[in-house]
Amino acid sequence: MAPAVLLPEAAILLGAVAALLSGSFLPRRRQYVARLIAVAALAVAAGIAAVPAGGGDRLGFDGTYAADTATTAARLLVIGSTLLVIWLGGDELAGRARESETYALLLLSGLGAVVMAGANDLLILAVGYLLGSIPLYALVGLERSAAAAEAALKTYLLGALFGITMLLGVSVLSGLAGATAYSQLATQLAAQPPAALATGGVAVVAGLMFKAGGVPAHFWVPDAAQAASTTVAAFLTTVPKIGALVAAYRLLDALPPSVDWPLLMALLAAASMTLGNLAAFAQTDARRLLGWSTVSQVGYLLLPVAVAGRSDLALPALLLYLAAYAATNLAAFAVVAALPERRSLASYERLSSCRPWLAGALLVSLLGLVGTPPAGVFVGKLTTFAAAWDGGLPWLTVVAAVNTVASLFYYLRWLGPAFGMSSPSGAGATSGASRPYAEAAALVAAAAALLVGLGSGLVWAMVDAPLLR
Amino acid sequence: MLSLVVFLPLAAALPLVAVPRIGDATARWTWVAVTAADLGLLGYVWVRYATADRPGLAYEEQLRWIPSVGSSYHVGVDGLSLPLLALTGVVFVACAVYALREQRRPRQQAALNLFLQTTCLGLFAAQDLLVFFVFFDLSIVGMYFVIAGWGHGDAARSALKFFLYTFLGSLALLLGFIGLYLAAAPHTFDMVTLTRNPPLRDSPLVGGLVLAALLLGLAVKTPTVPFHTWLPPAHTDAPAVGSAVLAGVLLKMGTYGFVRIAMPMLPDSWRAWAWVLIAVGIVSVLYGALVALAQRDLKRMIAYTSVNHMGYVVLAVGAAGVVAPDTTAARQLAVTGAVTQMVSHGLITGALFLLAGVMQERHRSYQIDGYGGLAQVAPRYATFFGVAAFASLGLPAFSGFIAEFQIFTGGIGAAPVVAVALPGIVVTAALFLRALQRVFTGPLRRQSAGFVDISPAETWSTGLLLALVVFIGVLPRPLLGIIEPAAATLVHQVGR
Repeated sequence: MAPAVLLPEAAILLGAVAALLSGSFLPRRRQYVARLIAVAALAVAAGIAAVPAGGGDRLGFDGTYAADTATTAARLLVIGSTLLVIWLGGDELAGRARESETYALLLLSGLGAVVMAGANDLLILAVGYLLGSIPLYALVGLERSAAAAEAALKTYLLGALFGITMLLGVSVLSGLAGATAYSQLATQLAAQPPAALATGGVAVVAGLMFKAGGVPAHFWVPDAAQAASTTVAAFLTTVPKIGALVAAYRLLDALPPSVDWPLLMALLAAASMTLGNLAAFAQTDARRLLGWSTVSQVGYLLLPVAVAGRSDLALPALLLYLAAYAATNLAAFAVVAALPERRSLASYERLSSCRPWLAGALLVSLLGLVGTPPAGVFVGKLTTFAAAWDGGLPWLTVVAAVNTVASLFYYLRWLGPAFGMSSPSGAGATSGASRPYAEAAALVAAAAALLVGLGSGLVWAMVDAPLLR
Repeated sequence: MLSLVVFLPLAAALPLVAVPRIGDATARWTWVAVTAADLGLLGYVWVRYATADRPGLAYEEQLRWIPSVGSSYHVGVDGLSLPLLALTGVVFVACAVYALREQRRPRQQAALNLFLQTTCLGLFAAQDLLVFFVFFDLSIVGMYFVIAGWGHGDAARSALKFFLYTFLGSLALLLGFIGLYLAAAPHTFDMVTLTRNPPLRDSPLVGGLVLAALLLGLAVKTPTVPFHTWLPPAHTDAPAVGSAVLAGVLLKMGTYGFVRIAMPMLPDSWRAWAWVLIAVGIVSVLYGALVALAQRDLKRMIAYTSVNHMGYVVLAVGAAGVVAPDTTAARQLAVTGAVTQMVSHGLITGALFLLAGVMQERHRSYQIDGYGGLAQVAPRYATFFGVAAFASLGLPAFSGFIAEFQIFTGGIGAAPVVAVALPGIVVTAALFLRALQRVFTGPLRRQSAGFVDISPAETWSTGLLLALVVFIGVLPRPLLGIIEPAAATLVHQVGR
């Protein structure tokens, strides 16, 4: 036992409970107190996570929870992203009927992502999955509209299905190994029949793919991104991915090589990026386009997961890419949140002349998602490509490069009108009320996206450490 | 010092972007002043480099960027990069002066072009593959906005085609860089280290594939046949300033990549595949010239002559890969010619595109048949255009002659098959003479009537470029003295 290992998680949990309780006793116009509580709890958790209590990496709870560099990175990323999400939603959520509940659910779902990232045991992984998913269904459904109800139901059904699949996989793997701790999986499973091992592993990976929003469990992402409130859309396309991908890396690093895991993950990666791109081509709604774009981004993020343990570059590349992706994706959603009356791509017409700073943030975020240097995703893509090639999957690198070129097309379909490059088809949407929180969040996130790239040497040095098992 | 040269334009661009209250006239003159100051700095660098007796990399600067991935901010100049840095400075000064008459959003135009200048200078100064790539990609983004924002005709579509096509090339280039990085032991992106210890020497298959990725990326940018199809629409719809920068500087990034990256870092593969380069060069020269001959649109014609002229460069660097013991001098001549051709083509085609922009500005048309007898109403314009055209077709006393003479003398000496490309010169001469004849001589046609002769801004901008063309044509030594030692080093590196 080492309870101090879980201090940051405890801080988040307490914050969620406090936000929920305070919301129950606060009048509607003073719900911001709940927001302050949530932000304070996240700040405290970040402080504890940044300065590990016991100092250095260690395992906790009989080795079932790893507080190593990857977990620390995931904690800080989840906390930072959730803070940015609350910030960019400051205008949208203020005075809403379920404001304090939203904060509590955001914190709980984020906590689930952190637990998944740190899980060093199949059962903890399953707990993290449920903790992260159940608040997510509610968050999607908080927006009271027909589309949101449909998206919530879709998310719920898929989440339940893949949750069951994951539990099945956990049962199979623990039955084969006679244990659930990753440290024992590696040794115990090596002698087991590959077919059974593959069945169990694929089922667990399928559950992780639901959380990451990758093929084959990606169907909920575009619907939820379009129909949920912008705040929730920003959250669910960013935070669950952080937990799921770090968890996938940890799991695949632990599974013995008697099954060709790199090939499986490479196929999932190729399918995610290709399908996400193809589907994004025809979208006209900005948030739906971003939803599909995140599906394709998961594809690139799976490159280092596919070569887990086969290249020294893989883990730092994954964490660096996750950091860059979180900042860049949140910048794009913050721009969307700042312009609630603009829903379609065409309505972004002439954004550069009436809101130049927001247009700049949009430019940085969308070109950043393509992988244009010097934004962070560029370094992320570069290092993940190098890791995949180094780990024995050069063909996947080529697929990813081709997909990157293809993705440029739909991002430019958005940037074109925003910078007045297509023939004017009429006046763009008039600028509505100013949304200062979302605007500031967009600028901060865009700046962070650039800084991750320019300071990637520092970021890399921070995340360049092996996993504990 | 070198970083100051590179980032001075960007530093000047930031206030232009951030402060909307800057007036149009201030923005225009700021642009001119900054480019002139940068050219002054480049002149100082040139003189210092030329008078120092130590050839090789000078003005080196190295800062840690991503040390664990073996990448740093590393810049420096040598005989290959200095001429192109100077070319960039000159072309952008000419563009800034030319744009003094621009009415459409001059503040944004100045800022964007200053940003573009930083990317071009940074690329030619880069001594690290990642730094090279950063500037390579950013130059594409900058040029996309130049074409889409200030172009005419179907500018959005042409800009998109340009972006997608060259972005594909840049990703191929990135794959090649990753290949070089992983093959080097220890892993590094540093160009100097990779040049000193070329990786993949004993694995011809992987080396060939990496070279193929690099060549694809660079060939799209150059562009060579069959990857040139983005070029004519991009040039036709780009503004005059954008065309001049695109042809004058951005195309050189492709050929500069050949001499800076592909040749010294993969010498074995380069020698093995030199015949492909020669073949592509010959086809580019002949095909570019013939298609240019068939154009009715003057700007499209100039665009296709770019394919032809860049083909000579590819031809020369290909011939430099055909290694035989007794052709060292010939190969050095070919490489010197290739670098000279890059400079010369940048100056000449930059001037031609600016002059073509005058037509667009006056009559919104580049149709050769629409003009006629223009020399009667616009004698200065006719003179300037004539000088540029004659320089472009390779007449002695102009820089193009110096470059093409060296390319063919050296190239044929190294690989006699290069002579197949000689008819390209004749076709180019024919097409320029025909265009001059139709546009400037004969009876006055409809569009020529009322054609106002070139203004002082247009005169000074194109005059600067053409003066340098003549200067290099008459006194090539200052330029060749810089290039030749670097060419000798490069030929040695390819031959090792």
